[in-house]
Amino acid sequence: MLQIPMWKRILIWSTCALALLFAMPNLFYDRVERHNDAVVALDTGQSGAALDADKAAWPAFLPGFLVNLGLDLRGGAHLLAEVRVSDVYADRIDGMWPAVRDRLASERETVGAVRRMPSDDAGELRVRVANAATIEQAAGYVRELAQPTESLGGFGAARDLDVRIDGEDIVVTLSEAERAATDERTMRLSLEIIRRRVDEAGTREPTIQRQGADRILIQVPGIGSAEELKALIGTTARLTFHSVVRVTSDPDEVPGPRNVIYPSMDEPGTYYVVDQTPVVTGDQLVDAQPGMDQNNRPAVNFRFNPAGGRAFGLYTAENIGNPFAIVLDSEVVSAPVIQSHIAGGSGIITGRFTVEETSRLAVLLRSGALPAEMDFLEERTVGPELGQDSIDAGKIAAIVAMIAVLGFMLASYGVFGIIANIALVLNVSMIFALLSLIGATLTLPGIAGIVLTIGMAVDATVLIFERIREEMRTAKGPARAIELGYEKALSAILDANITTFITALILFAMGSGPVRGFAVTLGLGILTSVFTALMVTRLMMVIYFERRRPKTLAI
Amino acid sequence: MRLKLVPQDTNIEFFRHWKVTFGASAVAMVLSIAAFLVMGLNFGIDFRGGTSIRTEAQAPVDIAAYRGAIADLGFGDVAITEVFDPAFASDRNVAMVRIQAQEGVEAITPEQIGAVRDALQAVDPSLSFAAVDSVGPKVSGELIQSAVISVVLALAAVLFYIWLRFEWQFSVGAVAALVHDVVLTIGVFSLLQIRFDLAIIAALLTIVGYSLNDTVVVFDRVRENLIKFKKRPMKEVLNLSINDTLSRTVMTSVTTLLALISLFVLGGDVIRGFVFAMIWGVIVGTYSSVFVASAVLLRLGVKRDWSKNSGDSAGTQFGVKEG
Repeated sequence: MLQIPMWKRILIWSTCALALLFAMPNLFYDRVERHNDAVVALDTGQSGAALDADKAAWPAFLPGFLVNLGLDLRGGAHLLAEVRVSDVYADRIDGMWPAVRDRLASERETVGAVRRMPSDDAGELRVRVANAATIEQAAGYVRELAQPTESLGGFGAARDLDVRIDGEDIVVTLSEAERAATDERTMRLSLEIIRRRVDEAGTREPTIQRQGADRILIQVPGIGSAEELKALIGTTARLTFHSVVRVTSDPDEVPGPRNVIYPSMDEPGTYYVVDQTPVVTGDQLVDAQPGMDQNNRPAVNFRFNPAGGRAFGLYTAENIGNPFAIVLDSEVVSAPVIQSHIAGGSGIITGRFTVEETSRLAVLLRSGALPAEMDFLEERTVGPELGQDSIDAGKIAAIVAMIAVLGFMLASYGVFGIIANIALVLNVSMIFALLSLIGATLTLPGIAGIVLTIGMAVDATVLIFERIREEMRTAKGPARAIELGYEKALSAILDANITTFITALILFAMGSGPVRGFAVTLGLGILTSVFTALMVTRLMMVIYFERRRPKTLAI
Repeated sequence: MRLKLVPQDTNIEFFRHWKVTFGASAVAMVLSIAAFLVMGLNFGIDFRGGTSIRTEAQAPVDIAAYRGAIADLGFGDVAITEVFDPAFASDRNVAMVRIQAQEGVEAITPEQIGAVRDALQAVDPSLSFAAVDSVGPKVSGELIQSAVISVVLALAAVLFYIWLRFEWQFSVGAVAALVHDVVLTIGVFSLLQIRFDLAIIAALLTIVGYSLNDTVVVFDRVRENLIKFKKRPMKEVLNLSINDTLSRTVMTSVTTLLALISLFVLGGDVIRGFVFAMIWGVIVGTYSSVFVASAVLLRLGVKRDWSKNSGDSAGTQFGVKEG
């Protein structure tokens, strides 16, 4: 009854062949990595003989998936930062003061003089009007300043400001919805700024991930130390506003005295000659939000601090109809035309924007400085040499472990040991193939997981062989013994592996970083070892049996 | 010539001295707990917070000089240990410098790292930092919490699975063995004061997985033999089952240990503690699946009428049709 249908045989062998094919690139790690990098570089428009040579180093028809190496193997820095999201409330609310003042000043005849009162809580703005009887009315005017809260995907019904009356004071705070939205924006913004800055450093494959409500995980392979990374993230990108002298398409044009030439960020080939002295700098920008202009077109609202607002107001009053350039890191983000005198320190940037573009522009406008300070909760640096040492040591240990186990199996089971050993080699290939395909990260504990799997993977095969050995004593003939061996060992194999798999799952769910890498290799190792034991060794046993037709099994 | 570690037919009486083995396990557990309470664990910075720096230098490590250099910086408690590995060349001298968590900051600041580097380089100009890890108290608290939760969750999940697949007595036996393994491992770490960090938690859970693997294989055979030999006393059935699976138990332990020992010797010093925990766990786990899990099962007894009311019983078997 030892029969396996042809389609199943083909399926099993092709799975094994695919595993070998997809695991193979890892043997030529450097070459494949250079090939992959070159392909990416060529796609982004770079060119050069070196890139072409790198690309040719690995044939395109072969798979090029590689196991990602974790920081502990490649070397690099890992930072866990916590963003002080609530810092932003104070800035936002403080920035509201000029608007509140101006609004109430325009109703001076009814409400009287306006005074800002000190407050213990930085997250609130306390205002007192001289004519206390009109406080309700004054609060109403302040309420008019509230904007709809920007939530994910649009503008909800909620307003961004809560205005209440506390004794003689009008108290302005951010609404609950606005706080949540602000937190969300702060995190998005911090991520965006960090990403831009890390990308600027030109390191490969950085990981910048949000973790939980207010944390950011930053992993940068290849960087010398976490301090370097901190310095990079701490550097302020420079945002400036300039008056535009002229627009040109010639990057080599002489800008003239006290002028500079900047390329446009979005439109290649467009260059702006601008006044060297900025009208206002990003340090003076307190806020920029995506919004709508009066014609309901997407636009960006921004607000300066008082000093910046005054400078900007004066400048815009004198330059209506002229473009001015918003410059970030020596690139012109946009150069809108001044539509009107912008007083009160706030303004609006319009253009042919989509909603996404305004969001992005708002992010860019504010990315001159991180929106809030960050506390670094955790930092880890692994030097590249230590990582390489770990890879080398892991490699040698894995090879020695492999040879020891292969030798031991051969000595214990003879011909059947060879079957078990082929299964073991396929098993390790499958682990690497899967790790490469799903883009998992291999860490040092992950290597330990693979070595452990080498030792434990034979377990299922051993269970089967021992069972066949037992069944040989009672069963009628080797065919029946093999069949019974597989049948009766199945229950033990499944139970034993499911329980181990449960622990791997829990490790994966609860663990972080390297530990998670270990859980991944352990879990994959369980899956592949069950597959090889139940399918691959069985198929090989059947083929052996068909060829030899042995009267007895020397197992 | 075929290598046979275990003869074809064994009939070892595993439970003849069960009082001795059980007592030995109990004493070992008590000692482990005592060691843990008295000496505590040598927690790494993952759980304690603080900074650990791996230094590499050409000149031999002079712990006193290192300590003297850092002491002036006012970081409080500083622990310095030298790291040995057979793979290190003579001009490669590695030390671990551990600095306690600092007041007011979570992770160490770049200035503080710079100060330590300058101080140590004044002692030995060839010294460099191969790795720096700094964990703030906030994160280390969370790491302890999630570590404890994951070990408890793993035990609970396993208890539940075994109960589902076998009977509750098996489940209690298996978990008793797991607790035994985990406690003894913690005991050894406490006794030898090996650094206990996040990776060790992974090792602990792997031990749980391995020990369970072993226990389940024995239990699976017990379940089968209980059906096969309905009249034989529990003790005999257990003994028979352990003898039946003994060859496999030894084979798997040997292959696993072969792999782990090569990793222990050749895998570098960074994961040596981790691998040590697993080697210890494989040995203890193999022992416990026989002398703890099965012994507990023997004490608890088990429902014998598997053939009747099979719908009633919680246990089901894969592959083998019941009926």
